[in-house]
Amino acid sequence: MSSIFTKLINLSRRRSPWVYRINAGSCNGCDIEVAPCFSPRYDGEQIGAILQGSPKHADILLISGPITLRTRDIVKDVYQQIPSPKAVIALGSCPASGNVFAGSPTIVGSAEAVIPVDLYVPGCPPRPQAILEAIQMAAKLLEKGETRSQKEAQNA
Amino acid sequence: MLNWWLRAILSIVIWPGLLAGAVSGWFLLWMSRKFIAQLQGRQGPPLYQPFFDFWKLVGKKTIIPKGVNRFMFFALPVISLVSVVLALALLPVPGGSAISFEGDLVVLIYLLEMPVLMDILAGYVTRSVYAQVGATREALLSLAYNLPFLSALIALALRLKTFQLSNFSAAPISIATVVVAAALFLALLAQLKVNPFSIPNAEQEIVAGTYIEYNGLPLALFELTHALELSTLVGLIACLFMGPFASIWLKLIIFLLVAAVVIVMVNVVAAGTARLKVQHAFRFYWTWGVAASVLVFAAALLL
Repeated sequence: MSSIFTKLINLSRRRSPWVYRINAGSCNGCDIEVAPCFSPRYDGEQIGAILQGSPKHADILLISGPITLRTRDIVKDVYQQIPSPKAVIALGSCPASGNVFAGSPTIVGSAEAVIPVDLYVPGCPPRPQAILEAIQMAAKLLEKGETRSQKEAQNA
Repeated sequence: MLNWWLRAILSIVIWPGLLAGAVSGWFLLWMSRKFIAQLQGRQGPPLYQPFFDFWKLVGKKTIIPKGVNRFMFFALPVISLVSVVLALALLPVPGGSAISFEGDLVVLIYLLEMPVLMDILAGYVTRSVYAQVGATREALLSLAYNLPFLSALIALALRLKTFQLSNFSAAPISIATVVVAAALFLALLAQLKVNPFSIPNAEQEIVAGTYIEYNGLPLALFELTHALELSTLVGLIACLFMGPFASIWLKLIIFLLVAAVVIVMVNVVAAGTARLKVQHAFRFYWTWGVAASVLVFAAALLL
């Protein structure tokens, strides 16, 4: 009985990824590319994805921008507000490498240094198809229990 | 006596209570989302979407905000779920509910008011500014939409000279029934918090309204309450139209047909309008709501 229950909840995690996005000093390019994911052309609702206004309701955190020093603590705070299990997707080149801002004294330059990132979406900005694919992949990771926060919770 | 208890429990748990209410509520929620998606040129969510949303929320960890009373945080969604399940069990659906007595209409009205009160309390208990704004708006709006809602039910009760719901569903269809259904529909838009009355939960504007700090299991219970509320309110309108039909299957078909029509109408309005400000919504209900109430009383007592 409990195994059926676990299976049902795992399946639901794949079928219902709710997304919260945070701009950590991005030029807004990546954020603009997120909007068409939920428009008629790409329609993320088909895979159950919805943009949520509150991190408390979200499963997946979309983070864009090179993590400026001012946003660092806020990013950490928002990440902690998301109830586990949760996944993190870094959008574009900025949270991966700092992009054109690399070496600037006002940025952290890597999302990895602040929170555990599960998936990187390449591009500057990435295409909406790629973002939707990342959301789907993150949802599958949540189903299998293979996101980094879930693994850390298991090992602890 | 034992037999009655058994049937009463069946009414609460299976038909028309929790199980049937949840399934139909989820189906109606899916229908709303799909229909709006289609109007916007999108594919929309798959059939099981509200079901998966619920179970995913159940499986999530619950975070209780600092300074919030743990007992209150869990008690509010439970109370609102229990009261809406009991309200649903009173509904005179095809096949009838085992729980039916003179005055059950009054109980139904009280029970339907509980989720609203719990929402308002939830807004204040969670100590979020946005939630408090949402709670204030919901309290104001409930003073507005209850006017046509209560008038319609009281007028019908006066016409039929009974406060028993099973007599409502047995009454013949007349012009008065249609007017009553129209007044209930007017209130339904605000009760379901859809556009143009999506004022308390105004997404993007006040983040997520009264539920902003809720997450995990308590949020899942609130979502389930919403689904059940949808079934109850739509079911209440649908019940008015199955009086003249004798066979239970025909009654069921009419019941479901009216429910589907009501949902489609709600969503046409929701997709075609933008959110009003709370003072405009209030004025709307205290002008057109009053007009509807007068019309309902006139139709019920004179025709």
